[in-house]
Amino acid sequence: MSAAAAPAAAPAPARARRTAAAWGHRAAPVLLLAALVAAWQAAVTLGDVPAFLLPSPAAIAGEFAEFLPTIASAALVTGTNALVGLVIGAVVAIAAAVLASSVRAVDLLLDPVVAGLAVVPVVALAPVLYTMYGASVETGRQIVVAVAVGVPVFVNTLRGLRQVRPVHRDLMRAYAATPRQAVRAVTIPTALPFVFTGLRLASSLAVISAIVAEYFGGPRSGIGSFITTAAAGSNYARAWAYVLGGVLVGLLFYGATSAVERWGTRGVRRA
Amino acid sequence: MTAPTAAGAAPGAAPAATTTTAAAVQVAGVGRVFPGEGGRSVTALEHVDLTVGAGEFVSLIGPSGCGKSTLLRLVADLDSPTSGSIAVFGRPAREARLGHDYGIAFQQAGLLPWRTVRANIELPLSLHGVGRAARRERADEMLALVGLADFADHFPDQLSGGMQQRVAIARALAERPSLLLMDEPFGALDEMTRERLQSELVRICAETRAAVVFVTHSIPEAVFLSDRVVVMSARPGRIAGIVDVRLGRSGERGDDLREDAAYFEAVTAVREALHGGAEGVPSRGVETR
Repeated sequence: MSAAAAPAAAPAPARARRTAAAWGHRAAPVLLLAALVAAWQAAVTLGDVPAFLLPSPAAIAGEFAEFLPTIASAALVTGTNALVGLVIGAVVAIAAAVLASSVRAVDLLLDPVVAGLAVVPVVALAPVLYTMYGASVETGRQIVVAVAVGVPVFVNTLRGLRQVRPVHRDLMRAYAATPRQAVRAVTIPTALPFVFTGLRLASSLAVISAIVAEYFGGPRSGIGSFITTAAAGSNYARAWAYVLGGVLVGLLFYGATSAVERWGTRGVRRA
Repeated sequence: MTAPTAAGAAPGAAPAATTTTAAAVQVAGVGRVFPGEGGRSVTALEHVDLTVGAGEFVSLIGPSGCGKSTLLRLVADLDSPTSGSIAVFGRPAREARLGHDYGIAFQQAGLLPWRTVRANIELPLSLHGVGRAARRERADEMLALVGLADFADHFPDQLSGGMQQRVAIARALAERPSLLLMDEPFGALDEMTRERLQSELVRICAETRAAVVFVTHSIPEAVFLSDRVVVMSARPGRIAGIVDVRLGRSGERGDDLREDAAYFEAVTAVREALHGGAEGVPSRGVETR
């Protein structure tokens, strides 16, 4: 709150300086990226690097523009898989964490299961799931995403639910708050930042899992399938164009969950 | 089962509504044993008897581990005694807690960091279903009382430790309790802030006429604030002596009291009671048990 109010109260020159500094912060990584792309282009052109080794940025951009409609629809399919999996996985994981935090037996039961899930290479399950649900539907991929996403969301949520400070617990008891009131007043606000951190970590994982699951078969519809097809057909620049599409989907997910995190934890300032 | 006949006869069954003259806190033969590792239990409190009158300010003082915080938690029904009984305004501690008979403040302010100062003060009121307008009005009064009217919309992390503790006191007083329980509320503050808050607390108590049970480590603090100082000894925690201070009604206690001869006399009395021999202390007003 005061952070937002302070710059407004500052005298104009200081404000201008601070705005300039903020722009500098934003511009620096963009400039770095531009410089790297330029160096990449120069190296490929001057060094006469063959396309199968490293296509030039210009070639990738060309392919990206040419295949934009295909890339967009593939990104939509992969993005939908990631989103469906993320939502299902997060809902199940949060429910399981709530249950584990309130029932000791559930906690003891779930602990080894989650530890097991955490070390299973979940995308490797994709071929099994394709045979179970049919290779022409996206269900298998969405399940892969849900399982991959579940672990970080569960672990973070459970941790958050256990962060309630003893003094707050005493306070709720002293005020004779009902369990429901205590959960609303203390437990949920305490856990929320942890849940959001779990979701942010899970969002990137969701997109990666959705793409990689496509490498193992299933319908030829998403970013991952097109990357393998393009690479198999020696269209290296096109494969990279699809990778770029995948990166954009990942950034979109990360940005969206970060925004949700900021919105959900507004007003909470932690030292 | 025996209700129809016992209603008027049983002496111990006085209904809570008529207990305005009952002591604020009545502790009788209370002990608390914590079961320890490998069967070695720890006796935190043993044979504690204490009565705090309505409107009286009583401090509990003693070395670490003497069970003074445990005693306060028992009165607040945050913990249960293993023996003895505790009554708050004539009813069992549990009923008193469920009836919101007391306000409480801890060493840590324990404010909810995601709520503004105002929303923190309103917390007990909103938990107990007080309407929005009434909550707001009461919060305004409390903010004025603790001198934080300008900080109503700040978040706790934006306040100093002393200011946070004042918010905690305002929260404890929000429901106009007749009993205030305070567990070293100024323990983590610097000496100057501490003295200022002590003076403020004396003023607030004069205004609200609440009884206070105040746990502290500090002899000057206990003497300055209290009508009576209960000195406790450790392992097992018991009451070693009670020093009657009564340096004048809370309304007329000012900062110059800190340089008064009677004040130093009382400080000496408490110190001597703390350092062993409660018996043989020449100072006036020392009851030994």
